[in-house]
Amino acid sequence: MEMTGAEMLLEALAREGVEVIFGIPGGANLPIYDTFPKFYPRIRHYLARHEQGAAHAADGYARVTGKVGVCMATSGPGATNLVTGIANAWMDSVPIVAITGSVIRPLIGRDAFQEADITGITIPITKHNYLILDVNDIPRIVREAFYIARTGRPGPVLIDIPRDVQQERGEFYWPERVELRGYRPPIYPDPDAVAKAAQLIYESERPLILAGHGVIISQAFYELQELAEKANVPVITTLLGISGFPPHHPLYLGMPGMHGMHWNNLAISEADLLIGIGMRFDDRVTGRLKDFAPKAKIIHIEVDPAEVGKNVRPAVALVGDARICLQHLNRLVQRRERPDWFAHLDELKREHPSLAYPTETEEILPQYVIDQIYELTGGEAYYVTGVGQHQMWSAQYFRGKKPNSLITSGGLGTMGFEVPAAVGVQVAKPGEMVWAICGDGGFQMTLQELGMVAEYGLPVKFAIINNGHHGMVRQWQSLFYRGNLVASPLQNPDFVKIAEAYGILGLRATRREEVVPTLQRALEHPGAVVIDFQVKEDENCFPMVPPGASLQETIGLPKEYIELVRRRQEVEVSR
Amino acid sequence: MKDQRRYHTIIALVEDRPGVLNRIASKWRQRGFNIESLAVGHSETPGLSRMTLVVDASHDADQVVKQLDKLIDVVDIRDVSNEDIVAREMALIKVRCDAGNRSHIIEIVDIFRANIIDVSPESVIVEVTGDEGKIDAMFELLKDYGVIEMVRTGRVAMLRGAAASHPIEEEGYERYPGQETW
Repeated sequence: MEMTGAEMLLEALAREGVEVIFGIPGGANLPIYDTFPKFYPRIRHYLARHEQGAAHAADGYARVTGKVGVCMATSGPGATNLVTGIANAWMDSVPIVAITGSVIRPLIGRDAFQEADITGITIPITKHNYLILDVNDIPRIVREAFYIARTGRPGPVLIDIPRDVQQERGEFYWPERVELRGYRPPIYPDPDAVAKAAQLIYESERPLILAGHGVIISQAFYELQELAEKANVPVITTLLGISGFPPHHPLYLGMPGMHGMHWNNLAISEADLLIGIGMRFDDRVTGRLKDFAPKAKIIHIEVDPAEVGKNVRPAVALVGDARICLQHLNRLVQRRERPDWFAHLDELKREHPSLAYPTETEEILPQYVIDQIYELTGGEAYYVTGVGQHQMWSAQYFRGKKPNSLITSGGLGTMGFEVPAAVGVQVAKPGEMVWAICGDGGFQMTLQELGMVAEYGLPVKFAIINNGHHGMVRQWQSLFYRGNLVASPLQNPDFVKIAEAYGILGLRATRREEVVPTLQRALEHPGAVVIDFQVKEDENCFPMVPPGASLQETIGLPKEYIELVRRRQEVEVSR
Repeated sequence: MKDQRRYHTIIALVEDRPGVLNRIASKWRQRGFNIESLAVGHSETPGLSRMTLVVDASHDADQVVKQLDKLIDVVDIRDVSNEDIVAREMALIKVRCDAGNRSHIIEIVDIFRANIIDVSPESVIVEVTGDEGKIDAMFELLKDYGVIEMVRTGRVAMLRGAAASHPIEEEGYERYPGQETW
């Protein structure tokens, strides 16, 4: 069938199951936008206010659906504005396809108006990218792009289409299958490795599971739980692995690493076996690498062969899809009782409490707000966070009830991710409750996306943990830079008025006793809400592994917080 | 003379497309791999180029191979350092000479089983093929006559015997639908 390039693109997207595109029009992608009405409502377009927002929204959408998220921008600045969002998806292995318009073919390479070499720019942050120079290639390339984005270790793919290619007419040919001779993601683990892993697990006296994002990506929730229960091994989840394992499960130990549970960091140092599943032994997890898990053998279950042996040298590697690897492994594992190890873990938890804060303050403590969000939502929401202190507290206190319900920027650590990502999550989950836990710094990096919230009537609840600072920067400056607070204090706008300017309900809480009523009001409000929680300015996030230190050197909670735990039984020491 | 053991030889089959070299170079730059030499040309299969890379052994050669293998355009890649290979490099060396000492140079060329491929009243161009050590040795001898310029191709390598590396086709794999509850 003959059609224009723009029609081919949208037809191909529709065949790939795309229902939603986040984007911004511009000179170089107008033929595509001109074609959108023909595909409505099969494909719905959400108008972002900044291309970074479009990319993060596609990212959030992809994380909660498991489908490929799609964002769109024009050439030049539109395309370069996507870069942060693409890099974020790259670091966190999120499948998105970014489609950019490009200057017409005769102008490519001539420094034309709004020309940027976006395929060149995005080489290091995409799984693959394409510049389409022949209109007839569009269907095949779209098919390949989606296949690459969602298979193996997922990641972003960019497609750059010159405007004249969008306008040209060609024959639509939809290939039956994707043929990429240079792309063969591993799926099934080596049976010998599986047998060896099962043996190591059985022999281990002090094993730990470290579960990462791969568990969520491959939907291995059931299999992870089965492994933990069948082999009787406690589970630690990395930041992106949180909500891959039920937080209320008796075998659950929480997060490790830089702001992880103190007991986990000590337990990792004593373990004789670590089972890393869909995680990459990132520096925020390992601390100083040479002192990481000195007594442990490592089993690494990972889909990306390049991650195996990159940071740590495993005794056994299961290279393949996490879910399938676990299915194979679970057939062979045997239960073993480890009373000493579990008793020791309980003792570590008692000795090194990591979840506690004073509750009888006048001021609002940020931990309290976050704790209460989980409490009052009953763990039933999707929780989207930005990056910094509030993110770490959100991870520490997490007790969501849904699998894959903590959406956060892990690898790249992109402040401002929360606002557009929450939009993407809410678009993907229209009937569900979505809470964006925001920093006051990060919120101001992407707050323009409240425009999408208002325009599309998305009932996202934004809780700004407003301490008037770039909080984590302030914490580092106060701990490691002699308290020299350079450029971390923020002169903030009136967030309530900003919300109101968008036609969104704005609320504020300045004292502790206002927190619960304010949250309740937000929950009762059917639409979007922005809440300005003015919290204690100088609260630091602990436990903390100082940068460059080993996990054994974790700084625990402040003494007076630990005293609180000791004195008051009602403060939950461990979950 | 370079100690051959300090180097890894990696061979790769890559798609013959614009931008492929850029993608590969981008990985090197980003990951800090130091490439000693690179030779690229057509392979026996149309549409595929073949590369031979020589990497300083101070790097984790395993990571070089795995990171490059992640590129969609890299069809096949392997470290052949510990395999039975033949490896050769070619050099062209332009040497200053005149009627007086030309015969000396010809003698050296014969010993090394090299060729003279251009002669002028004041110079000759020598073509030499061999491993890096042989080329280094020849260069040392010719230096005394005055080397005007030299160009080397970098190492090309191949497995001995009938063995070859071929890409394997595998079926794709689609993930399961999502799980909504524990």
